[in-house]
Amino acid sequence: MSPTAKTTLRALALTLLAIAATFGLDPFRNYQLAVAAGCFAAVAGLTVLVGLTGQLSLGHAVLMAAGGYGYAIAATAAAEALPESLAESGVIPLLAGLAGAALAAGVLGLLLGLAAARLRGPYLAGLTLALVIALPSAANVIPALSGHQGRSAPFFGVPDALSALIVVEQWHAWLAIVVAAVAVTPLVVLRGGRAGLRMRSVLGDETAARLAGVDPRRVKTGAFTASALSAGLGGAVLAIATQSVSPGAYGLGFSLLLVVAAVVGGLGSIGGAAAGSALVVVLPWLVDQLTSALPAGFGQRLNGTLAVLLFGVVVIAVTAAWPGGLAHLRHRLPWPARTAEPPVPVQNTER
Amino acid sequence: MDRLVFLLSTGLARGAVLALFALSLVIVWRSARVVNFAQAAMAIVAVYAAFAITAASGSYWLGLLGALTAGAVLGALVERGPMRLVPHDTPLPGMIVAIGLVMVLQSGLAIGFGPDHRPMHAPFSQRPFLLGDVPVLSPYDLFVLAVAAVVMTVLALLFTKTSLGLRLRAAAFAPETSRLLGVRVPRLVTVGWMLSVATAALAALLLVPTELGLNPHAADLLFVDAFAVAVVGGLDSPVGALVAGIIVGVLGSLVTGYVSASAAPLAVLALLTVVLLVRPGGIFAAREARTG
Repeated sequence: MSPTAKTTLRALALTLLAIAATFGLDPFRNYQLAVAAGCFAAVAGLTVLVGLTGQLSLGHAVLMAAGGYGYAIAATAAAEALPESLAESGVIPLLAGLAGAALAAGVLGLLLGLAAARLRGPYLAGLTLALVIALPSAANVIPALSGHQGRSAPFFGVPDALSALIVVEQWHAWLAIVVAAVAVTPLVVLRGGRAGLRMRSVLGDETAARLAGVDPRRVKTGAFTASALSAGLGGAVLAIATQSVSPGAYGLGFSLLLVVAAVVGGLGSIGGAAAGSALVVVLPWLVDQLTSALPAGFGQRLNGTLAVLLFGVVVIAVTAAWPGGLAHLRHRLPWPARTAEPPVPVQNTER
Repeated sequence: MDRLVFLLSTGLARGAVLALFALSLVIVWRSARVVNFAQAAMAIVAVYAAFAITAASGSYWLGLLGALTAGAVLGALVERGPMRLVPHDTPLPGMIVAIGLVMVLQSGLAIGFGPDHRPMHAPFSQRPFLLGDVPVLSPYDLFVLAVAAVVMTVLALLFTKTSLGLRLRAAAFAPETSRLLGVRVPRLVTVGWMLSVATAALAALLLVPTELGLNPHAADLLFVDAFAVAVVGGLDSPVGALVAGIIVGVLGSLVTGYVSASAAPLAVLALLTVVLLVRPGGIFAAREARTG
């Protein structure tokens, strides 16, 4: 069996497993699962970008926002344009929305990728940081983004055939899992194949890569675009789960959380990205649960901030002491070591 | 015409603050070859220290002194602490540690002082003088310009005329050779960080009274603008930081005045993109091709 077919089968199995798992969760947990799936798509894109090409993007929240807006605009337009009978089922608006998300994030990612191909380390990080800071302004200036309160995204209810079986949160979790799987599987294929090898070669030694016939600019641009597509679909997932997209939801704090998830999971590792995104969704909620037991004034101050503080400490600790992140953990457990995995440098960085 | 004069003069004052903050980025880049993404958070911590000192003593000047001291101490602590934990042969680990620091410092401030904007009073009136009947600089703007000019002159003299400055430059440009010649390179990197963060703290302290108030995120936009300034000017070039600071300050003021306030960050983003794509080394640094 070819590696691509193997990866696809594994993705299919994991998707079915995740869908089965939604039956064991209450509606709120299913909502959290949907959010985590959206973050997973974005973090997987980010971790491949940072881990394999060494380009640090602080702006993946904006790519998610682009996906969310693209989804909301395209899905709304499709729902309005279609005759009642076709729009009813919701399939076509949903697909149109996903295509819109991929298009919006892909174009923005391509533009950023073209810039990224010419820039190194701190310059790209600074440019993407400026992009995050400029998002609320862009939402105010561009009429289609409808200012700081944002756009609403169409609501997709449970199909009639399933309505006796599941509630809407679980249905959204299903959609989220499937979309995330569609977004992440190509990344896994890309990472394990020739493209991944090219990215590693460019990261390892750009001159040597060029001598071997690899064009570093094309590799970097391609990596950024692929990463942006995945992040855009992640944004679409969040738009499905929350039925809205606004610049406030995609601020600097959220963008940094995506970086945290990638770092904690282990840069370059897709499994680590899944663990990291679950962590950035669940830990803040857990901390807020705990702090709500504290006296009101102090508890309120800790609400939302204590988790960020913890994440900051964890990121520094992981970078300093344990650069492989959570993905590294796997190698310490007494599981059979898989030999097919290409050797990954412990800390992937750019020269 | 009146409007133009007013916008140019307010842009000048903001440009001076931007130049000062950008200069702090240039100093840390030149001494340690890192872009410190935690500069804004560290500067704001120092401004909170100044706020507390001013509130306790009633003196703005003691607060200013406190901000400089707190900035320098924080710079030394961060450089000796978290930054020493990671390898510096590539920029990525340093940047990620800085991001972690941003999260720790800003959420720590929000926990300690609450997320509200605290009003901070300027030591001089912010009501502009009238030139004819056109409002121009306020006394506080003049104070900001004067402080920026003094600090830049002092730093320029320090770097070009003193033994410490010579050692700082030597340690930054040729660390190995300098170490062989008896320069204590690690100590000078720490000194560079202290100078840098103290300068950033001063810039943030000058900025806060003109904005909404003191808040853990009050310097975020300043950092992004100053990063743009430092890149436009060339990260190596103090003169570039000064000139580009004025340019970006005036540009921001003009866009705010003639288009809208929300278009200003977009204008800065556009300028940054164009400069990075056309001349990634910056306008004033032509000396060497820059590698990350």
